[in-house]
Amino acid sequence: MTSTIIFWLIAIIIMGSALMVVLLRNIVHSALFLVVTFVGVSGLYVMLQADFLAAVQLLVYAGAIAILLVFGVMLTVRGDIKYSNLFNRHKFTAGVVSLGLFLLIERIILSSDLLISNKPALESTVGPIADALLTDYVIPFEAAAILLLVAMVGAILLARGEGKPQ
Amino acid sequence: MSAVSLLTIEIATAILAIGLLVIGLIVPKDQRQGIGYLATFGLIIVFALTLLYTNVQETVFNGMYIIDPYSTFFKQLFLAAAILVSVSSFDYVKRLGYNQGEFYSLMVFATLGMMMLASAGDLISLYLGLELMTITFFVLTAYRKNDFKSSEAGIKYVILGAMSSAILLYGLSLIYGVSGTTVIGEIAKGLNQGAQPLELLGMIFILVGFGFKVSAAPFHMWSPDIYEGAPTPVTAFLAVASKAAGFAALVRLLVIALPSLQSSWVVIVMVLSALTVIFGNFVAIPQTNIKRLLAYSSIAQAGYLLFGLVAYSALGVAAILFHSLLYVFANLGAFTVVIAFYNKTGSDEIKDYTGLARRSPLMAAVMLLSLLSLAGIPPLAGFVSKFYLFTAIIDQGYIWLAFLGIGMSMVSVYYYLIVIKVMYMGEPPEDSEPMKLPVSIQATLYATMLVSLFFGIYPAPLTDLALSVAKAFFPF
Repeated sequence: MTSTIIFWLIAIIIMGSALMVVLLRNIVHSALFLVVTFVGVSGLYVMLQADFLAAVQLLVYAGAIAILLVFGVMLTVRGDIKYSNLFNRHKFTAGVVSLGLFLLIERIILSSDLLISNKPALESTVGPIADALLTDYVIPFEAAAILLLVAMVGAILLARGEGKPQ
Repeated sequence: MSAVSLLTIEIATAILAIGLLVIGLIVPKDQRQGIGYLATFGLIIVFALTLLYTNVQETVFNGMYIIDPYSTFFKQLFLAAAILVSVSSFDYVKRLGYNQGEFYSLMVFATLGMMMLASAGDLISLYLGLELMTITFFVLTAYRKNDFKSSEAGIKYVILGAMSSAILLYGLSLIYGVSGTTVIGEIAKGLNQGAQPLELLGMIFILVGFGFKVSAAPFHMWSPDIYEGAPTPVTAFLAVASKAAGFAALVRLLVIALPSLQSSWVVIVMVLSALTVIFGNFVAIPQTNIKRLLAYSSIAQAGYLLFGLVAYSALGVAAILFHSLLYVFANLGAFTVVIAFYNKTGSDEIKDYTGLARRSPLMAAVMLLSLLSLAGIPPLAGFVSKFYLFTAIIDQGYIWLAFLGIGMSMVSVYYYLIVIKVMYMGEPPEDSEPMKLPVSIQATLYATMLVSLFFGIYPAPLTDLALSVAKAFFPF
């Protein structure tokens, strides 16, 4: 019973802050609400007894990525920061379409039965994750490493001006 | 065979890409031109390696990664495309004058992503392969930094690509949520407890996500702008190889993972394919820029490729394999002419192609054969592959779709002939001189022309290969 209440609390926090990310006009405020969303998701991991993932979520997303985001905003935004995350003129149409899609997907999810695992929670979650990453999931793991390398090289290429010393 | 030896091709490609990146940094600036040759040489070696794997049918890491004739066929296709694009881009990249090593390295990374898409045995590898390919193309599209159109294309591609990836990822997560597994080969078993609304939702999202990647109408709107703005060798690679890679993954997902929903997805794919051929062909007619024309023509070709999926038979899959090969070579031929023409004149407008036949008979001939092959005129390879595609859907009783396809092919002949008319009937500009082409471009042009002609006149070896691959791939 308590866990249901906590789940709904976390869910409301996640949904509310995610909405704020989209709706607020100041992009720094949006970034801060994104941090709240990340923290909420790590709360979900805690409820699923995935303690290690929860910690990673907090450290990597709420910590590192949020700071990167704010830095990105700081280095790129010009003009008035209060109006840095604006809507275009399709605000109303987009709202109606999103609401319709939300109601449809919500109906579909409620009318399906999802698989629920009834395995007991793991004693330690770090070991099995490490095992999985270096056995069955080694290809996605390595591919993610290459993907990050490519993204980094690409970011440097695009940020560096043409003709500058290489 | 051990997992490492089965993954030789991917490992070799990754080493090649990282090697090119490092060499690009340590070689002095004035000697970087050689990196293009090195990239081509390395890709040829990897291509030779794939020949050892033509008949291998194995999975590694409990079904996480599949090495079968189907994936090897597509890998060879991607590598052939990468080799031809890198050869034809020597001059273009030299003119670009900066970041030459990174250009080829990124191209090889994109090839690696495509290989992962074709071989992926689970949803996570599939998604990572897709992202590796797409993110590399984001960078390559925006490569001409002083060019307003290139930057605009890059931004558009980032936004639309990210959105379509998000939709696809949501679809994949829903399928995982219902089936309880990410391994493509086991999803069908997990879904067996009767079709649920959530499965349908996941399937629709997956179709929308891949619809973006292969630019099927109504999810095609990104492609003309991006094809026009991107550096032409990148456009060539994006148009041919990334589309083939999208199809490789889409066919595997729908046929292997979601056969229980076949009756539902076949309707959606049918509507998409009909819309795509109609839209692509009609909107191509008023185009005045050759890159935009080829963009709309490649939208239409995606529609024809979807026919093979509608057929849902071994013949349909074989026709997809055959048509994607023809499509890759015919489009590469046309794009190589565009690259060479741009290098000489700095223009992509169709009206500037006037009298090309007299300035460079080879370029005009390759453009002619490539366009006619795309239109499906005998005796070129495009005729044979379209014949198989239409046969495959007629076998399944979709005669109206075949008629639509044939009718739209006739429409396509019209706009291809406009280009041909300009090249052959027009007068060359007063002060023009005959165009001398570099050896690398000539080699690419001859190679693409030979493939289009050879498989048009004598398709038997390729048909047999495509059919045997498709029979091994298609479960029933």
